[in-house]
Amino acid sequence: MPVISYIQAVTQALREEMQRDEKVFVLGEDVGKRGGVFRATDGLYDEFGSDRVLDTPLAESAIAGVGIGAAMYGMRPVAEMQFADFIMPAVNQIISEAAKIRYRSNNDWSCPITIRAPYGGGVHGALYHSQSVEAVFANQPGLKIVMPSTPYDVKGLLKAAVRDPDPVLFFEHKRAYRLIKGEVPEEDYTLPIGKADVKREGSDITVITYGLAVHFALQAADKLAEEGIDTHILDLRTVYPLDREAIIEAASKTGKVLLVSEDNKEGGIISEVSAIISENCLFDLDAPVQRLAGPDVPAMPYSPTMEKYFMINPDKVEKAMRELAEF
Amino acid sequence: MAENRHEKLGLTDDQVLEMYRIMLTARKVDERMWLLNRAGKIPFVISCQGQEAAQVGAAFALDRDKDYVLPYYRDMGVVIAFGMTVKELMLSGFAKAEDPNSGSRQMPGHFGQKKNRIVTGSSPVTTQVPHAVGIALAGKMEKKDFVSLVTFGEGSSNQGDFHEGANFAGVHKLPVIFMVENNKYAISIPVERQLACEKVSDRAIGYGMPGYTVDGNDPLEVFEVVKQAAERGRNGEGPTLIEAVSYRLTAHSSDDDDRTYREKEEVDEARKKDSIITFGNYLRSLDILTEDIEKQMNKEITDLVNEATDYAENAPYADPESALKYVYEE
Repeated sequence: MPVISYIQAVTQALREEMQRDEKVFVLGEDVGKRGGVFRATDGLYDEFGSDRVLDTPLAESAIAGVGIGAAMYGMRPVAEMQFADFIMPAVNQIISEAAKIRYRSNNDWSCPITIRAPYGGGVHGALYHSQSVEAVFANQPGLKIVMPSTPYDVKGLLKAAVRDPDPVLFFEHKRAYRLIKGEVPEEDYTLPIGKADVKREGSDITVITYGLAVHFALQAADKLAEEGIDTHILDLRTVYPLDREAIIEAASKTGKVLLVSEDNKEGGIISEVSAIISENCLFDLDAPVQRLAGPDVPAMPYSPTMEKYFMINPDKVEKAMRELAEF
Repeated sequence: MAENRHEKLGLTDDQVLEMYRIMLTARKVDERMWLLNRAGKIPFVISCQGQEAAQVGAAFALDRDKDYVLPYYRDMGVVIAFGMTVKELMLSGFAKAEDPNSGSRQMPGHFGQKKNRIVTGSSPVTTQVPHAVGIALAGKMEKKDFVSLVTFGEGSSNQGDFHEGANFAGVHKLPVIFMVENNKYAISIPVERQLACEKVSDRAIGYGMPGYTVDGNDPLEVFEVVKQAAERGRNGEGPTLIEAVSYRLTAHSSDDDDRTYREKEEVDEARKKDSIITFGNYLRSLDILTEDIEKQMNKEITDLVNEATDYAENAPYADPESALKYVYEE
């Protein structure tokens, strides 16, 4: 099976979906001739032309809003926000419009749009090229939010997002783009949105996380295994709506749960995961649910010292895991 | 006798009578809703009164079998012309389950009906503008020859989504008609406190499209300019910005009191130009709206409004638990 990078999986999924269905098209800033500032749409302009790989004016609300209009008509737009941080001008379109179109029209209209955006830090991106923005959208019924961790998941979930009848926010960790490589089948496949995935079976502690932090947890788990600590790792993959069943099962399995997120700690995805565990797993728990996340400051600073302090990394995850195992 | 202006626009006597009938229907439905509101029977009204000519004139200039409309909350004239019935409007007014716009999830005035290509809208203003551009873009990609008409108030023309949508349509030469229904007020803020330029249409040059300001009380003037805009769109010449100037004859909504910010004399003066009167007079002077026809028309519309009111009042509400439906595809 070919090994490709996380970003190559993005490109492959888009190319295959555009080949499969003429209604699929890409729009965003620099997605055309340039192939995207991260090169996620590399080669698509040459293959599909300027109409289906549409360079738009620099205006995020229009990128989302025009995509939403096209989706209501029956197209399958894939809109790109150049950085997740720049999605803010489009929040009204995403929350007031995309999320509510099916509901407010009593199922008469629908909005099958995919909005992709690179998120996450550790790339010297400072406050406005590093943020995790999922929590902004994660209490908006009508939306789905997918945040894959591996190239295999990227391809299967991005294809599922494009084919999904409802709006999907697809957040790609920008540091994972070239850092993370993995086996990806050449053939067509999709993965179910809304389903978490066990990335490692274990019996002593459970780590529930998503995105790049999945890899930090996997690395830490390998080290802890040498010390005889056996870690169970659940990758949420879809952070909204959450896979409650999988969370309950993973938490109950070991009774010791560490939740990891790169986002600010308070009010994030893992806060909701924690609430699900406390509602359902009280008598299965052997330790208080632990959270490891970014500090509650507005965003990640530029200076390498402060950036490192903000970012979670394998060492921080390992430390938190060991402490939990020893509880 | 007035000069016959509609013939030159390619409109028959029957067509202008039909325009008038729809304008009058919208007015009468609106007036009935105010009565029902003041009688405590329906919670909310937001009016089309004063803007019917622009709405119906524009709708008649389109191909009502294939074009898309993205109306804003005052556009009762547009949606009736595009096929929404009086009964359906009343079901929305009474917030009953059968309301086709939203199953009464939304307030009245939040139109949407897919079978008639009336695109669902929300309350945050101007969000529908980029949607109209997206629909036009989809049409262009699919090699269809429809246009999209999006309407909004002059206040909305200050929103970022107006600018972003208009610019996008201008750059990509998309068949969108942006029609501002300038009724001179954004709730209490008069137009001179909304715009630093003289006319909303002055903004068109910034988007590389033509801009026109027309008399929104004259359905024929609006018809003519929208017709030309639709032709431009279908010919691949791109979007058009149209400003139809009229006046909001009622308060902003049933929850507003316009006496707190404008003089009665100003409203009285505007009523003299009310299109229901002026266009009616035009048709009477040409002997198109004869006494008999008018009497018959009034009776038919009144019967329709009465029947619709009775039906909607007696229709069932949605099941409470149906609030859980259609968050996602089921």
